[in-house]
Amino acid sequence: MPPDERQVVAASVTLGAAVGVFAIAFGVGSVAAGASVAQTCAMSLLVFTGASQFLAVSVVSAGGSALSAFGGAVLLAARNAVYGLTMSRHLGGRLPTRLVAAQITIDESTAMATAQSTAVSRRRAFWITGGSVYVFWNLGTLIGALAGSAVDPEAFGLDAAFPAGFVAMVVPHLESRRGRAAALVGASVCLATIPVLPVGLPILVASVGVLFGVRRP
Amino acid sequence: MTWALVLSLAGAAYAFKVTGLVVVGGRSLPAVVERCLSLVPAALISALIVKDTLSTGDELVIDARLPGVLAAVVAARLRAPLIVVIVVGAGVTALARVVGLD
Repeated sequence: MPPDERQVVAASVTLGAAVGVFAIAFGVGSVAAGASVAQTCAMSLLVFTGASQFLAVSVVSAGGSALSAFGGAVLLAARNAVYGLTMSRHLGGRLPTRLVAAQITIDESTAMATAQSTAVSRRRAFWITGGSVYVFWNLGTLIGALAGSAVDPEAFGLDAAFPAGFVAMVVPHLESRRGRAAALVGASVCLATIPVLPVGLPILVASVGVLFGVRRP
Repeated sequence: MTWALVLSLAGAAYAFKVTGLVVVGGRSLPAVVERCLSLVPAALISALIVKDTLSTGDELVIDARLPGVLAAVVAARLRAPLIVVIVVGAGVTALARVVGLD
């Protein structure tokens, strides 16, 4: 394995393990909220968008309506459409391949892929990261749903593992002036809108940062 | 929790993911769109960092995640490998919680 690929594998497995611990917490919470083991596992297998799943379960367990659980979860999942657009530039492949790739088009796989410098390594990083997160997320969900007692991810600082990883993954995007401008605007807009917009929207609104690309270089 | 909710969520989540990948596919888009799309990771990953570090739900909070992520920034600037940056971020946050910062 070339060194950069080894780095991607090591980081993907680490992130995957962190994802797995959150998945255990999800499995426990989902069953506690009244979902069956089958429903809990089906959510992780089919929805596969962690934040949306947590939100849906917490709305349902708080006695909220199915419609409000759906609405909130959909808002959180919407950014994956932007990732799909971005990855469509980098992922080759025929329709069946793309249909499979779509299911693992999430924060981690998109960030890891776009941090790579060549087309081949971008594709590879996408599949390795998406695959690792998918396996760990579903394994953790099953364990949590069956075992019913979770480790607290926060005790190990695992909630900081994701922003820490994203810090390293954003670095290559900050080399150009436009990249730095887009990053600054994206982060500021998100920070400013978190207290006022529904959960999920701030990340979408942060997309205005891409408008620095409108002007010709 | 109902199967209707599980399945409609699955459908909606997949619809979002698949739209860009399949509808646009590998077709080339106008140059201006391509230039904007190339800035998506910069804008959205930065937003994710801010959200994951400084918020819980719709509230802004400063807690043990902040020192962890700042340590990760230092590690990334020192060109540490990705796995090291992740472990440093989680480790410093865990330590901060041990000493009672939360």
